[in-house]
Amino acid sequence: MSADDLGQEVAAGATSGARTVALGMPVVIRERHGMFGATAGQDTTGYGGLTVPVVLPGGSERPYGGWFDACVDDLARALDERNTASDEAIDRVVVDRGELTIVVAREHLPVVAQALRDDAALRFELCLGVSGVHYPGDTDNELHAVYHFQSITHGSKRIRVEATCPDADPHIPSIVATYPATTWHERETFDMFGIIFDGHPALTRILMPDDWPGHPQRKDYPLGGIPVEYKGATVPPADERRAFN
Amino acid sequence: MAADLGPDMAQQSAEHTATGGAEEFLDSPAFTVSGSGDWDDLVDEATSLHEERIVVNMGPQHPSTHGVLRLILELDGETVTETRAGIGYLHTGIEKNMEYRTWVQGVTFCTRMDYLTPMFQETAYCLAIEKLLGITDAIPERASVIRVLMMELTRISSHLVCIGTGGMEMGATTVMTIGFRERERVFQIIEMITGLRMNNAYIRPGGVAQDLPPGAIDKIRELVPEIRQGIRELELLVNENPIVKGRMVGVGHLDLAGCMALGITGPMLRSASLPHDLRKATPYCGYETYDFDVITRDTADSYGRLRVRLDEMYQSLRIVLQCADRLEASVGDPVMVGDKKVAWPAQLAIGTDGMGNSLDHIRTIMGESMEDLIHHFKLVTEGFRVPAGQVYVAVESAKGELGCHLVSDGGTRPYRAHFRDPSFNNLQATSIMCEGGQVADVIVAVASIDPVMGGVDR
Repeated sequence: MSADDLGQEVAAGATSGARTVALGMPVVIRERHGMFGATAGQDTTGYGGLTVPVVLPGGSERPYGGWFDACVDDLARALDERNTASDEAIDRVVVDRGELTIVVAREHLPVVAQALRDDAALRFELCLGVSGVHYPGDTDNELHAVYHFQSITHGSKRIRVEATCPDADPHIPSIVATYPATTWHERETFDMFGIIFDGHPALTRILMPDDWPGHPQRKDYPLGGIPVEYKGATVPPADERRAFN
Repeated sequence: MAADLGPDMAQQSAEHTATGGAEEFLDSPAFTVSGSGDWDDLVDEATSLHEERIVVNMGPQHPSTHGVLRLILELDGETVTETRAGIGYLHTGIEKNMEYRTWVQGVTFCTRMDYLTPMFQETAYCLAIEKLLGITDAIPERASVIRVLMMELTRISSHLVCIGTGGMEMGATTVMTIGFRERERVFQIIEMITGLRMNNAYIRPGGVAQDLPPGAIDKIRELVPEIRQGIRELELLVNENPIVKGRMVGVGHLDLAGCMALGITGPMLRSASLPHDLRKATPYCGYETYDFDVITRDTADSYGRLRVRLDEMYQSLRIVLQCADRLEASVGDPVMVGDKKVAWPAQLAIGTDGMGNSLDHIRTIMGESMEDLIHHFKLVTEGFRVPAGQVYVAVESAKGELGCHLVSDGGTRPYRAHFRDPSFNNLQATSIMCEGGQVADVIVAVASIDPVMGGVDR
């Protein structure tokens, strides 16, 4: 990126190539430019066009600690019992801040959900819905669908399951058949991010009007707003104010 | 044909009224609105199907649908055959807006989601930030106690609104007036402590905005018995009231399997006999150190939910009093985390232009401590940075599990803030609870879900 792009909010495509999924390697989702927050590098003046990669925690190595190892083993076994190769279904396991995240290949999401609910050792009865996240810089994995599960049977344990899909092919299989609770949550994620949940019984917009163009929570969708004048001074809309991000 | 006979008809009609005799017209062709009679076949065909489908839009501006909830009911007489809930009329894009504000400013947005339970959104959001920052254990004890106090007061006020408006929707105005009267007492405490009745933005990342004002504990001790008496009055009014029971018992039934499948939490789940309460299951803010019971009922109907809510208010009052004891014992302790790079200066005072930084604080940073001034300036203009990652934190709101999924990219603003609002999820049960019942039961069933559209639509 050139210096002209200094301070640009969304550095779409700034990260090069496909995502790193090797164990222990953090996931680079974008690069931050400008003088604020760039702690890596030698130039401390801020005017040399500092860049700092924005990285999310990558795949963790065993032992994960606590009950996480047993839970991942149980999931792998339950997937094998359901004739699904667990090493294909489970992309990587991330343990961060005491939370277990299992990143699964999107085509195997329904069988993972089935295993999470039905296997006696897992028994995650509650699905707490889907939250979408849009990473424009995460090439070929721009859209993430994040599911949270809780097992009341096994002492209120929580896990997070994450499935990704590229912007060009925004399809993720629905898990409504297993968890009816996700009906509205998947509709909301479709509404806000444009992820199409294949197999959902009635995937329509839920919060926005039916004829609304675009998906508001995506990073390329503007916030909107008008400048507000107050006592002679003008306050620009929130997305045009000076940001230190 | 009719045109040909027009003048004759007029003449006959005139004779008819003049003479009053009808027998001479018996042989004449009968003319009805449908013409010569060939429509009768069509009418017979239509009525033979017995399709008296009526689709009624209840809402989005119906007074008894809790705000702008739109219920699309398909009726067969008085029976509801199909129910769908249409939402989105109060969508304000709070989650999107939070991505354009600093982490601290986000509190003022999420507090407006479910406007009856502001403290729960604030706490969930702040706990999530603190988990991202890794300072969960550094939160001062007194701040956690104040958070618990505020949450339990909010739980009482939310339940009072639920019962009060639910009663009003059934036609019981007194239930509403008692509910709102007692809620006003709760608001007296909340207003004294936070300065506002609703939309408080009181709980902040790292602690709370301000310590309790002088006299707050006395106010709590003065008002708690009154609130308890008011709840007791409400109980005496509704618990064994034959009209209330007639309207609520067995209405809006949703058994445990249905609750689990639909991800229902909160009083609805506990009315189906499962004692699942995050305050006990995954304690936060030190809830494991408080003495209280999880209330359950086994009726799984609207009446059971009413009783669960009534009993939960007593439990909340128990916790409030325990909080008051602890706060009395910890006067003077900090209410904000010690890290100056995160802690918004929690020294506020009432000035001539309203609440603001206390003059003492300004005197310190302007006159004595350059470092404090820098911290203050950086916090206010830039905000603090949060290491990249994602967390999910859930608290037991008055309505169920309120989850906050926060993603940070290492910046001064949330990269994504998603709230799993319990009302949003629980409202999915509208169809299963209403279909097959009477139209009047829809009101009771929806009221027992206790949806607040500000939280549902966000």
